[in-house]
Amino acid sequence: MMNRLAGLMFLAVLWSGLANAQPADPESIEVGLSTDRIAITADFSGADLTIFGALDNADPLLARQGRYDVIVVLQGPAAATVVRRKERVFGVWINRRSQTFQNVPISYSLATTRAIQDIADSESFSRLSLGINNIHLKSESGAIGASEFSEALRERKRDSGLYSERIGGVQFLSQSLFRATLSLPPTVPVGTHRARAFLFKNGVFLKETSAPLLILKSGLEDAIYQAAHSYSFFYGVGAVLIAMLIGWLGRIIFRRD
Amino acid sequence: MGIYLPIAELSVNMFVLLAMGAAVGFLSGMFGVGGGFLITPLLIFYNIPPAVAVATGANQVIASSFSGALAHMRRGTLDFKLGTVLLVGGIFGSTIGVYIFALLREVGQLDLIISLMYVGFLGIVGGLMLVESVRALQKAKSGQTASLRKPGQHNWIHRLPFKMRFRASKLFVSVIPVLALGAVIGFLASIMGVGGGFIMVPALIYLLKVPTNVVIGTSLFQIIFVAAFTTIIHSSTNQTVDVVLAVLLMLGGVAGAQYGAKAGQRLRGEQLRALLALLVLAVALRLAFDLFVQPADLYSISLAGVA
Repeated sequence: MMNRLAGLMFLAVLWSGLANAQPADPESIEVGLSTDRIAITADFSGADLTIFGALDNADPLLARQGRYDVIVVLQGPAAATVVRRKERVFGVWINRRSQTFQNVPISYSLATTRAIQDIADSESFSRLSLGINNIHLKSESGAIGASEFSEALRERKRDSGLYSERIGGVQFLSQSLFRATLSLPPTVPVGTHRARAFLFKNGVFLKETSAPLLILKSGLEDAIYQAAHSYSFFYGVGAVLIAMLIGWLGRIIFRRD
Repeated sequence: MGIYLPIAELSVNMFVLLAMGAAVGFLSGMFGVGGGFLITPLLIFYNIPPAVAVATGANQVIASSFSGALAHMRRGTLDFKLGTVLLVGGIFGSTIGVYIFALLREVGQLDLIISLMYVGFLGIVGGLMLVESVRALQKAKSGQTASLRKPGQHNWIHRLPFKMRFRASKLFVSVIPVLALGAVIGFLASIMGVGGGFIMVPALIYLLKVPTNVVIGTSLFQIIFVAAFTTIIHSSTNQTVDVVLAVLLMLGGVAGAQYGAKAGQRLRGEQLRALLALLVLAVALRLAFDLFVQPADLYSISLAGVA
């Protein structure tokens, strides 16, 4: 199943031949999705997503020395997210204080060529808001910056598998062709995701490119979800009828009196 | 085998759900209860979001109570008139419950209220049942026969106005307590995802003095409608009914119920009640543990506004 999903998604290699490249041309990174949608089927239980990509005008000498680094991110749709903190009241643990953050990516899956701190300095990453710890979290009250709530949000997302980082998840297959393997958790949100690729040379950020990717529920799952939201009353009536049918069949099949 | 639940939006093991349905079905067949009070906490322990667990639990209850009510209808142990009056109250209580449910979800206290209600109700009902059944067991040992109903005895409930006659139950009683009982059950059904049989049955027997043989059929009859109403309202207001999840639970449930009913015939009434009481208390304790022991993680996250 994992292989099947990996096969679904393929970044077309837009590779202008190295031979034609002018040495003076700046390097760039290319993405182009061969498919712009992935369907979650009934047996989906999380998967690895493989993305292929390429560098343009890469300096062969630097490439051989491994001076190029690539970070690939698949960022899920954004949503306002509430973080709640439990406190003890009369011996019972209940949700007390909370903070709401706007435009938090529901999922965030990242793969790199090597350890993040070896690719560039932390300042570059925070400028690019790249990496789980650098995702820009803006609370409803307008306060930006690290708080216990934003730290907790990252922590919970990491624990649930929605935020993940794979060191070494990007591998160069040749001097300019690379393959990135990202983790899709079982709870991956449906909606428009964005595949972003960042190119670094000698610890300096060069280029970023991105492409949208739609993740949706396949046939039956989607039909059920759509029905539950668009025709919620009739969906409820249907659920009741199914329950009665099963109850009646159960009585017919297993009758004991 | 993994299966993706379209409304809960997560992937779960199909066999775990079938087994869960079968285990609860077995117990509900054995004890003659709907099993909603077991299904909903089990689903929550299995990481199904509480809002989905409650709404889907109500959906699952329909199947088991419909199947049971059919059997009682054949035997003639179902008081339609009493059931209908209970139902009118039930619809009222259920409507209020669903709106309070949506409100609690918005302010982030839904999980707490669900847990508190489970601990409270299961603790009280389980405790009372345990005391009663242990007494009955002791009496049975000393050779006396235990009787639940003492005819000719009246309490304050029988002095209320607006009396109505319920022939099948041989009852002449005010509609006020009947409507009120129905409303309480409807309210619980919508907030806890239960049919309410575990409260309805003792209330009908001890408070309204309905003959025991009519109680279960009538309670099941009204539960079908309250659970159906709750399912539809939850679906329209909260969109939290997961039919895939519900069908898996029902399939396991209807099969398990038959074996449970067979196993139940080998045990005596008071033994059954004592076992059920212990089971109810165990669920209450497990939920209380989560409320009173410091959680491993104090923070929780959820999407604002929507599910």
